[in-house]
Amino acid sequence: MIRFLRGVGSRSLDRLAGVGRATLVFAAALWRLPRPADVPLIIKQIYQVGVLSLVIVVLSAFCIGAVLALQFHTQLAKFGAQDAVGVGLALVLLRELGPVVTALLFAGRAGSAITAEIGLMKTTEQLSSMEMMGVDPLQRIVAPRLWAGFVSLPLLTAIFNVVAIYGGMIVAVEWMGGDPGGFWSGIQAEVEIWDDIGKGVVKSVVFAVVITWIAVFQGYDTEPTPEGIGLATTRTVVVSSVMVLAIDFLLTLSMYGDFK
Amino acid sequence: MRMRTVEISTGAFVLAGTLALIFLAVRVSGVNLAADRSSYTVTARFDDVAGLQTRAKVSIAGVTVGRVAAIDVDLEYGEAIVSMELKGSGGVLSMDTGAQILTEGILGARYINLLPGADEETLSDGDEIEQTQGAMVLENLIGDLVTRLGAS
Repeated sequence: MIRFLRGVGSRSLDRLAGVGRATLVFAAALWRLPRPADVPLIIKQIYQVGVLSLVIVVLSAFCIGAVLALQFHTQLAKFGAQDAVGVGLALVLLRELGPVVTALLFAGRAGSAITAEIGLMKTTEQLSSMEMMGVDPLQRIVAPRLWAGFVSLPLLTAIFNVVAIYGGMIVAVEWMGGDPGGFWSGIQAEVEIWDDIGKGVVKSVVFAVVITWIAVFQGYDTEPTPEGIGLATTRTVVVSSVMVLAIDFLLTLSMYGDFK
Repeated sequence: MRMRTVEISTGAFVLAGTLALIFLAVRVSGVNLAADRSSYTVTARFDDVAGLQTRAKVSIAGVTVGRVAAIDVDLEYGEAIVSMELKGSGGVLSMDTGAQILTEGILGARYINLLPGADEETLSDGDEIEQTQGAMVLENLIGDLVTRLGAS
């Protein structure tokens, strides 16, 4: 019994220490503001996490937009309200699915890569040799990845939304024979620039911070063994996916809570 | 050479993302940067607005000319006060313009239809539309019908 309690206690303390370390690493990395010399590093990371995620994001966006339009259309056609397909599609994508699905894809595609890369650097003692050479790994390795994540995810989300709306339009208009005028005018009448688009962008920025933070920290804090890297990578994907969904719920509650 | 491809594709990516944002803002939310943003507000009292929402459209002859800006209740008279934001600068619609609450389709949203009158005087900012017809409420209609059937 005592041993059980002791286990629970020490594990909770470990978790708490982990949160503390994560905050310290995050704060320390952000404290080292990018210098002009870091710009090439950030560009390279934007390429790694942003450009290379583009294919998966565009493909999923198209499929999700098409599927949503198909489902909306078959249900709404029963009431003769096919013109509402565009509105439903746009609002669902801009407010929820766009930021969330892109964040989940980003966690799987880019977050895991960041963790594995930094974890391997730590395991092969590149980080400590950098420190020995007087190069600050937080500045050189961690910070550029954070900034690249902050920039990339909102842009990916915007691209996701556009592609998904077009995918939906192709299904609803070209395939199901909807009216393109009704599709677009419905969207333009209902979508608000701040309430729908702005808040979606805010969400994706929050998700970007959460995912890159978790990914970078898991890599930085990994146990320097092969299993350690594997574990850390898994943990990045699992923890950041769960965090994204939980935070999305909270953000939606606070943003659209009164559903006016 | 390798670094150059990275830079070019990153630039293209950032550009594409920014364009996507602009596209969302302009095409999807329908913000028209060049549009005349001037508007004026008129109010109207209804005995029942039954499900009219803020941001519902205000139309004349089926053409949207404005939006519902706010819906308040006058507790003293038990009436709803609807503020409408109309495009333009006022001085066009006659003073005896009527306002009625209609429904788009069977299950559609409520909207306000304006029926321009013939008065020389015109509505300007802050004026009140006097002739109003509230929303049809299904329960009231059925109740009416039942009493009439019972009477005959």
